[in-house]
Amino acid sequence: MELLYFGDKGWGDELFFATLMTIAVSITAMIIGFIFAALFTPLKLSNNKFLNSIGNAYTTVIRGVPELLVIYLFFFGGSGAIMFVASIFGYNDYIEINAFLTGSFSIGIISGAYSTEVFRGALQSIDKGQFEAAKVLGFDKYIYFFKIILPQMLRLAIPNLSNVWQITLKDTSLISVTGLVEIMRQSYIAAGSTRDPLFFYSFAAILYLMLTFLSMQLLNRLETKYSKGY
Amino acid sequence: MDIELMISSFPKLLNATLITLKLLSVSLILGLFIGLGFAILRMNNNKLINKFAYGYSYIFRGTPLLVQIFIIYFGLGQIEYLRTTFLWVVLKEPYWCAIIAFSLNTGAYTSEILRSAFQTIKPGYLEAGRSLGIPSKIIFTKIQIPIAIKQSLPAYGNEIILMLKGTSLASTVTLMDLTGVAKYIISTTFKPVEVFIVAGGIYLFMTFIIHNVIKYLEKKYGFQT
Repeated sequence: MELLYFGDKGWGDELFFATLMTIAVSITAMIIGFIFAALFTPLKLSNNKFLNSIGNAYTTVIRGVPELLVIYLFFFGGSGAIMFVASIFGYNDYIEINAFLTGSFSIGIISGAYSTEVFRGALQSIDKGQFEAAKVLGFDKYIYFFKIILPQMLRLAIPNLSNVWQITLKDTSLISVTGLVEIMRQSYIAAGSTRDPLFFYSFAAILYLMLTFLSMQLLNRLETKYSKGY
Repeated sequence: MDIELMISSFPKLLNATLITLKLLSVSLILGLFIGLGFAILRMNNNKLINKFAYGYSYIFRGTPLLVQIFIIYFGLGQIEYLRTTFLWVVLKEPYWCAIIAFSLNTGAYTSEILRSAFQTIKPGYLEAGRSLGIPSKIIFTKIQIPIAIKQSLPAYGNEIILMLKGTSLASTVTLMDLTGVAKYIISTTFKPVEVFIVAGGIYLFMTFIIHNVIKYLEKKYGFQT
């Protein structure tokens, strides 16, 4: 138990901040994923064959390739790609991107592929009559989407989005390979310096269990709230 | 684009794919037995047994696979007692540690898939079996299991693909599987995009095959229940 003391003697505070880091990365990744989903869901539902195949390629490739491989691509290729873009604008110095950004971005792209599928499924299961009624009543595009379609879509998407959240939360453990100090990385450091890997990795497992348990409780509450009145 | 690197790394990556496939197949077979065992325990009426099986699947589904591998590979070696038993022969090999972690992990998911498949079997089938005087063991092996397998095929197909992606974590415990070799080539040549295209292509090809095999099986064994 001494190993968990706060301050210089134990690893309590380090692990506490590492947990906050895991939560921060998961939330950032989830938001980046939503942005990707907002871009790719319309493509997947588009009637244009070309746009449609772009949307399908994104979800198929990302969901068919291991997360670790995607992370390595961005970890080793990220700064190269940014430097290439910068060189077009005449900036030739070395640019190093922050581990937090690379990590959230790579996990975000992965979580975005799952979110895209969830949103596509939710949109497709909205009653066709709702779209037609909204059009017939002559609502403008803004009200049509934000007041009629979006609320119904979110209600259908929330249960599956909570699955995506769980996947994203667990995937953040993989960005420890890039050196970002989240739960896994911190446990690795602590295990290395105290030679007590069993304790620290088990503790990491407990931290993840706590995170998944607490977020499940919150999401279940959200789910019951939004499934009301229907 | 460095096409030459892509061509020269292809045989190396293909060779590593064999290890990925070995890890995948062994852990899927072991995981299926573990999953079946825990699914049966989940349906037990005894509350304690039921809770135990639920706890198992909760823990393995609620924690990242990476933590599980690290506990088994780095953690268990720390217990002095284990080092003296025959188990140590298995646990000192990263290959077997990865397989143990993967099988326990996929076992937890499989047990949930099988449990829900068993529970959606219409009670009429079991009642029909019972009223025909068929012993409950035969009802289980000849009626419940075949129906459960057919019902769980789509979900199990997803689990196989998730496990294929999961085997990439073996590279974190020094195994040179497809991802491990890909990372090695990336870190020595600094050409991540080329290597990603080749290695990702191999993974996609495997997911494509698994997807189609499952689709074929679904069609072959599909019937309305």
